[in-house]
Amino acid sequence: MKQFLIFVKKEWLHIWRDRRTLFILIWMPVIQIVLYGFALTNEVKNSNIAILDQSKDEATTVISNEIASSRYFHLVKNLNSYQDIGATFRTGKIRMAVVFPANFRDDLLHGNSAQIQLIADASDPNTANMLTNYANAIINDYPQSINQNQDLPYTIKTQVRMLYNPELKGAYNFVPGVMALVLMLVCTMMTSIAIVKEKEMGTMEVLLVSPLKPFHIIIAKTVPYLLVSVLNITSILLLSVYALDVPIVGSVWLLMSESMLFTITSLSVGILISNFAQTQQTAMFTSMMSLFLPTLLFSGFMFPIENMPIPMQIISNIVPSKWFFIIVKNVMIKGLGFSSVWKETVILIGMTTTLLGISIHKFKIRLT
Amino acid sequence: MKAVVVENVIKTYKTKKDVVEALKGVSFSVDKGEIFGIIGPDGAGKTSLFRILTTVLLADSGSASVDGFDVVKDYKQIRHRIGYMPGKFSLYQDLSVQENLEFFATIFDTTIAENYDLVKEIYQQIEPFKDRKAGQLSGGMKQKLALCCALIHKPSVLFLDEPTTGVDAVSRKEFWEMLHKLKLQGITILVSTAYMDEAGLCDRVALIQKGQLLSVDTTKGVISQFKKPLWAVKASEMFRLMNAIKDDPLVESCYPFGQYHHVVFKTGSDNKTHLEQLAKQGNFKDFEVQAIEPDIEDCFMALMKE
Repeated sequence: MKQFLIFVKKEWLHIWRDRRTLFILIWMPVIQIVLYGFALTNEVKNSNIAILDQSKDEATTVISNEIASSRYFHLVKNLNSYQDIGATFRTGKIRMAVVFPANFRDDLLHGNSAQIQLIADASDPNTANMLTNYANAIINDYPQSINQNQDLPYTIKTQVRMLYNPELKGAYNFVPGVMALVLMLVCTMMTSIAIVKEKEMGTMEVLLVSPLKPFHIIIAKTVPYLLVSVLNITSILLLSVYALDVPIVGSVWLLMSESMLFTITSLSVGILISNFAQTQQTAMFTSMMSLFLPTLLFSGFMFPIENMPIPMQIISNIVPSKWFFIIVKNVMIKGLGFSSVWKETVILIGMTTTLLGISIHKFKIRLT
Repeated sequence: MKAVVVENVIKTYKTKKDVVEALKGVSFSVDKGEIFGIIGPDGAGKTSLFRILTTVLLADSGSASVDGFDVVKDYKQIRHRIGYMPGKFSLYQDLSVQENLEFFATIFDTTIAENYDLVKEIYQQIEPFKDRKAGQLSGGMKQKLALCCALIHKPSVLFLDEPTTGVDAVSRKEFWEMLHKLKLQGITILVSTAYMDEAGLCDRVALIQKGQLLSVDTTKGVISQFKKPLWAVKASEMFRLMNAIKDDPLVESCYPFGQYHHVVFKTGSDNKTHLEQLAKQGNFKDFEVQAIEPDIEDCFMALMKE
């Protein structure tokens, strides 16, 4: 244990004395949070929706068919009651629900005006906005098609309700994304570089000729980065709550522990990379290519995964940040409990143990 | 029991284009408590040999043991009991002298206080700089610190790979004095060097060249193998003199040695007169010739020729 602790102390000194890198590590999340404040626009197609039709008349059937057959939407479920809406949203299967009130056609033909409610999952505000706009356009085609010989035009009013993020803040989407990116950068890149540095400097040779177990070396090298990550997570969360007005709706502790889990996942990836890389440059570029870019592309942070071709969607499953992104969105923004993210949590735990297992097993007890 | 036994160790490195034989069947053994020098030029295979003995490299074939433990099978036991100082400075440059020593003491499950006696004399010399970062020390200081770190857990066998390379003459002398003091503590020391003059400071030496051991003996023993008379010559035009001597059919070898050329003849009859005649014919000014005793470097040159 004493051996382990002195190793951690030594690692901490390495980080502490390299002030410039430490500075970057601590300020990077702040800068990224600010930079990613610019909203990103994406094309939306085939988004899953559900319909609650309480009147089931000629008009609602026509409008439902119009919506379902458009290329933007994909009808997955016909709901039976208002309570079903919330439940279905919580499963994460749908992005929007269309609600027709009872007596829709009568209201429209006799009162000249009727209402439709659109409920959208606004944790991804851009998508939510676009979905409601498309739906609106389709819905308003219907009164025009039957208006032709009317003096008084029929109108349908759509009521839009944004779930989870009523003010449609872009920040709601990029806070989880930046968390995934920063943790990945700090943990994966920095640990892999720190371990490979020992190889490059020749100190690994001396460490090998010592009673230290590979397990000790690996864990001791990662502990200080775990601490830096906790600092990063805290600064990102503080910034998002107090500077960007993105509240933490769910449990802070659940969010923190899930973030720690993801941190450990990223650390294991870093350790694995360091097993194969011989120079710090290789370690850096491997980390970039294997995690940084996939995090941007496949986590759902910038581009909705549903819109990608099937092979890409399958690939996205092996990117750990995808699962973390889902967890943070559910816990932080939607305020859901552990029961809604247990599947993602199990996947992350599985990935971590596999990666750590491989790393310790493959740790080279000799020079290559 | 021998401290180190090496039997027919072969090591090759494969690169894309060709195969380099670093060690071509090396065998020797080292007694407990002796200073054993492995002497040879750069690229002779010294570092490969040290790495195999310190268990960080696997030999292609052959066997080796340290303190009776096999370097492959019992590598964990060996790693507990040896001290190793690689040829390249391998301490943490961003840690201070004190922190480095403390780190290495702790990972070997000991404390500085526990074995302070062992490193005291060496450590006292660098103690004034104990808060300085290791990267900012001079070459000699670095080596002293590295030696302290390799010694702090009281190893039974100490492996020093070219500890004096790049160190000034005074520090080199001090370094060797320290090794002799460590020997008195019963520590077996294997030291490699490219400097021939350090061979005389070892109890026994192994001369190594291109992955093969040329001779393993005490320094005296190696020198006594040198049977032929040896001549040192000097003149104002040294380069022309060397060519002139080399062209002579009776000369076996001639090589520069400090301010002189050392000359060995194939046969032993009246070489001095022969050299003087040669100088007169070539019109060399300030010509000097004298018979000298061979030292280890002469032996190495002779062994290399064989």
